[in-house]
Amino acid sequence: MDNSAPLEFHFVVDGNDFTSAGEASVEVKKILRRIGLDSEVIRRVSIAMYEAEINMVIHAGGGEADVSVTTDRITLVMTDKGPGIADIELAMREGYSTAPDNIRSLGFGAGMGLPNIKRYTDELHIESEVGKGTKITMSVNI
Amino acid sequence: MTVNSVCEKLGLGVCNLADGEREVDGVYAGDLLSWVMGHAECSNVLVTIMSNINTLAVASLLDLSCVILSESVKPDKEFADTAKEKEINVFTSSLTTYELCAKLSEIL
Ligand SMILES: Nc1ncnc2c1ncn2[C@@H]1O[C@H](COP(=O)(O)OP(=O)(O)O)[C@@H](O)[C@H]1O
Ligand SMILES: [Mg+2]
Repeated sequence: MDNSAPLEFHFVVDGNDFTSAGEASVEVKKILRRIGLDSEVIRRVSIAMYEAEINMVIHAGGGEADVSVTTDRITLVMTDKGPGIADIELAMREGYSTAPDNIRSLGFGAGMGLPNIKRYTDELHIESEVGKGTKITMSVNI
Repeated sequence: MTVNSVCEKLGLGVCNLADGEREVDGVYAGDLLSWVMGHAECSNVLVTIMSNINTLAVASLLDLSCVILSESVKPDKEFADTAKEKEINVFTSSLTTYELCAKLSEIL
């Protein structure tokens, strides 16, 4: 691999099917394994992408994920046209969640998603506009 | 210790056996899947009462060695089918999460 030609993958995340949420992340994990990346790097990417994918399904009605792999990092860009996040600082706090009860009963909505993403990535950038959508850019260094 | 030995020593029910020779390394217990996602380690046994498909996505992403559904939680057919398709070891037990963890601590 050389830096000028990153490997790129695109996924559509279905917002109507909570039970299949995570499929794009599982797919990316398989790809990274095939490339032969370090297992700790794969673990960090998997956790970050899964949490962002789940968030798109729970909070934003689905969206799209773009993954690019270069020699020095893996970059994930998750974009949705959901309601947006009014207060990003608040959303980043451990335990803060607006998830409905039916989602909680499935084991989500603990308000740990964004904090997990922060913890397992080297860079995290959230752009969001209320009523328009959210774009989360994350990267993990190899 | 292998998944097969854990299954035998704890008298677990088999929901799906994908790779019984898989080595077990440590245990994590919890039902909040985001919490599990952030804290469980590769090859851990996961003890949980959460029997929805998302548990299997977490198990697959973290490379857990097996999932034990505690407290007599019964997986439905969709769960069992998905476990089979994703090749994830899943067991059941009538013991509580606490009892299972205590026993795992004894044998591991
Ligand atoms: N893609 C998104 N679109 C809209 N709101 C979001 C999105 N992702 C996160 N949020 C908001 O940020 C909060 C915290 O997210 P997170 O830490 O993942 O916790 P949880 O998903 O368990 O609620 C969510 O409850 C929601 O209000
Ligand atoms: Mg979340």
